[in-house]
Amino acid sequence: MLIVTELEKTYPTKKGGFTAVRDMSFTVQEGELFSIVGPSGAGKTTLLRCIAGLDRPTSGGVYFQGREVDGPPEDFAIVFQDYARSLLPWATVGTNVELPLMKKGNTAAERNRRVTTALAEVGLSDAVDKKPFQLSGGMQQRVAIARAIAYRPKVLIMDEPFASVDAQTRADLEDLVLRVKEETGTTILFVTHDVDESVYLSNRVAMVTRSPSRIAEVVDIDLPFPRDQIATKSLPEFARLRAHVFGGIRDMVHDTTLAHA
Amino acid sequence: MTAVQSLPVARRRTSRPRVARVARPVVAVAVLIGAQEALTRTDVLPAGYFPPASEIVRTFVGELGDDSLGPALMSTVRTWLLALLVSVGLGTAVGVLLGLVRPLEAFLRPVIEFMRPVPSVALIPLVVLTIGTGSGAALFLACFAAFWQVLVPVITGVRSAPAIALDTARSYSLSTWQRIRWIQLPSMLPHLATATRLAASTTLILIVTAEIIIQMPGIGHEITMSRSAGDPARMYAYIALSGAAGIVLNVLVRRIEKRLNASHGLEGSR
Amino acid sequence: MTTLTTSVSTARGRAVIGAAGALTALGAWFMLSRGSENVYFPALPAILDETWEYWRTAEGLRNLGASLTTLSLGLCLGIVFGVAIGLVIGQLTFVEQAISPALEFARAIPATALIPFAMMLFGVGDNTKIFLIALGSLWPVLLNTADGARRIDPTLRDSARAFRIAGFQRQAFIVVPAVLPRILVGIRIAIPLGLILMVTSEMVGAQEGLGFVITQAQATFQLVTMWSGIVVLGVLGFSITFAYSLLERVLLRWSDPRREDA
Repeated sequence: MLIVTELEKTYPTKKGGFTAVRDMSFTVQEGELFSIVGPSGAGKTTLLRCIAGLDRPTSGGVYFQGREVDGPPEDFAIVFQDYARSLLPWATVGTNVELPLMKKGNTAAERNRRVTTALAEVGLSDAVDKKPFQLSGGMQQRVAIARAIAYRPKVLIMDEPFASVDAQTRADLEDLVLRVKEETGTTILFVTHDVDESVYLSNRVAMVTRSPSRIAEVVDIDLPFPRDQIATKSLPEFARLRAHVFGGIRDMVHDTTLAHA
Repeated sequence: MTAVQSLPVARRRTSRPRVARVARPVVAVAVLIGAQEALTRTDVLPAGYFPPASEIVRTFVGELGDDSLGPALMSTVRTWLLALLVSVGLGTAVGVLLGLVRPLEAFLRPVIEFMRPVPSVALIPLVVLTIGTGSGAALFLACFAAFWQVLVPVITGVRSAPAIALDTARSYSLSTWQRIRWIQLPSMLPHLATATRLAASTTLILIVTAEIIIQMPGIGHEITMSRSAGDPARMYAYIALSGAAGIVLNVLVRRIEKRLNASHGLEGSR
Repeated sequence: MTTLTTSVSTARGRAVIGAAGALTALGAWFMLSRGSENVYFPALPAILDETWEYWRTAEGLRNLGASLTTLSLGLCLGIVFGVAIGLVIGQLTFVEQAISPALEFARAIPATALIPFAMMLFGVGDNTKIFLIALGSLWPVLLNTADGARRIDPTLRDSARAFRIAGFQRQAFIVVPAVLPRILVGIRIAIPLGLILMVTSEMVGAQEGLGFVITQAQATFQLVTMWSGIVVLGVLGFSITFAYSLLERVLLRWSDPRREDA
């Protein structure tokens, strides 16, 4: 239901132009968790911004349910890596989660309900009246996730959301994402540089090359749901898939010819 | 992967040409001037108070030929330059002293904090009585106001040497003078640069003010005389001149600032 | 010597030294001017007496009140318009591109150069003063607001766009609090400017106010009154600036609780 066609994004620079993404094409199925992994310097963030409607591609297009994405669509929600700067420091947690809902057609009671449910979902019911700076990094990212959940999007886009969080918290947050997907059936587009994370979470993993990025390979992750940090990661299939993706990325990093093929 | 069916052909998007970006201000200014011209000629804006733009321009050109614009401009600029040099010089000297000798600065801080917000224009009557109504009065007023604007940033600047630099100096047993010369004074420079720019505009404002109130020769004097003589076009012409002078002087100061920064290895000004 | 240097490193030490400095300065002024025969620099005790006397009379209060009223009105107008226009300019690039040169030019005109202009329009009186103060204080607020609005944190801006927060919610919840620190800087610069314009316009184009009193006193050679006016003006300037810095600190802490107080 989300189709990316021959996407290209070139930034004008003094020396002509820098092509971050070229000839990127893939499809995301409804209800799946689709990861995008690649070495640093791959145009992952550029790609995400184009998909999210924050930037316009130089050519090619993104189509959601048949219509072209031309500006942030109503049904998308984004969780950024830099949670501290995507939340409002002067507003409480509750207000932060509520803000995107303050549009026409949402009564205060309805908004309240959604906020309470979302915060309960991420385990932050007690933090409703706190300000973001009073919470730890992991908790702040949970607030950002709660905000996205309360919004009830059809597509949830996450841009390296756990990169700035410590390992133990990251594991908890990964499981949170899986829970959200299971309970709401939201389609999730997940960008990460962590191979283990991508294999653990996804239905499919796309490996992108260095800039000018394109899809090198899409891997089906045939691991059973529900996933578990210990059980799933002990499966031999997990190790095989992880090695495959990791190897692919490592080859990309060391082999420049592949990137420019 | 499923093939993409019947979706529109991928097309290239071009960015808006740079011409538009230049054209906008030009068009906007032209529209503004044209509107003013129309409104004043049709008397929507009373022509007694708002002469049409074309008349203002004509008056301005006339003044250029006449013998009053040149001397007025020179008078203002000359006093401005002197005031700037004196206030920056004094402000830097005292600021460096206070920045280096912390007890002295703590001692004088309340005096500084009290005198800083005093509008120097309040001293005009006193100055007129004691110094008179010549350029000395304007000079004093401008220097008094700008002095504080230079003093405080310079003190901050001298103090702003990074602790690591000072520690390095100590571990290499640099002498006090070396420490001052190589670490604390250079760290003051960007602050001094910004302060100079502020002082430049403050001194200009005060000199023009003094010219208006004390009726010293200069741009301010011409402005107020034009009003008394009932010549609004001339008044606007000189107001415009003061604005132009402000811009030009500001650009000059910035240029010097940039060159100073560059010679000390600091990229660009704040 | 070392005790002196160590004492400046604590806040309390600095406060004590500062108090000593203030007292010394006042004491010196007091002493030096006590037996003063100089007409232009009367004795401090006399000035203080006069300050206490004159400014509590009906006439003194009227002048003081006139100054404060016009200052407040002028500043409020300048701030409101400065913020409003600044927000528009900062967020609509095409507006900014269009009027930026005109704005630069208008800003470069020294505010006091417009006194004759204001007098031409409004004659002698309160409106002139309010107009001038508003016009003068508008610029720093406008420029700082526009600059702040232009530079809102990109991640914040992206979040707002991604969640399609627009219109009033966007301005009230996101833009204004984000720009608030810059707005406060602009106001901080505008206040002394407003004071200067208040005094200057009272000296030239008014029948009431601190500046008027000072000039009148000078013209009628009542130098002690003149000095008392200057003292009151100094105290006024200091108090307003100090009160504002307290307000600024509170607002900044609300706007960005993570920020370390400078």
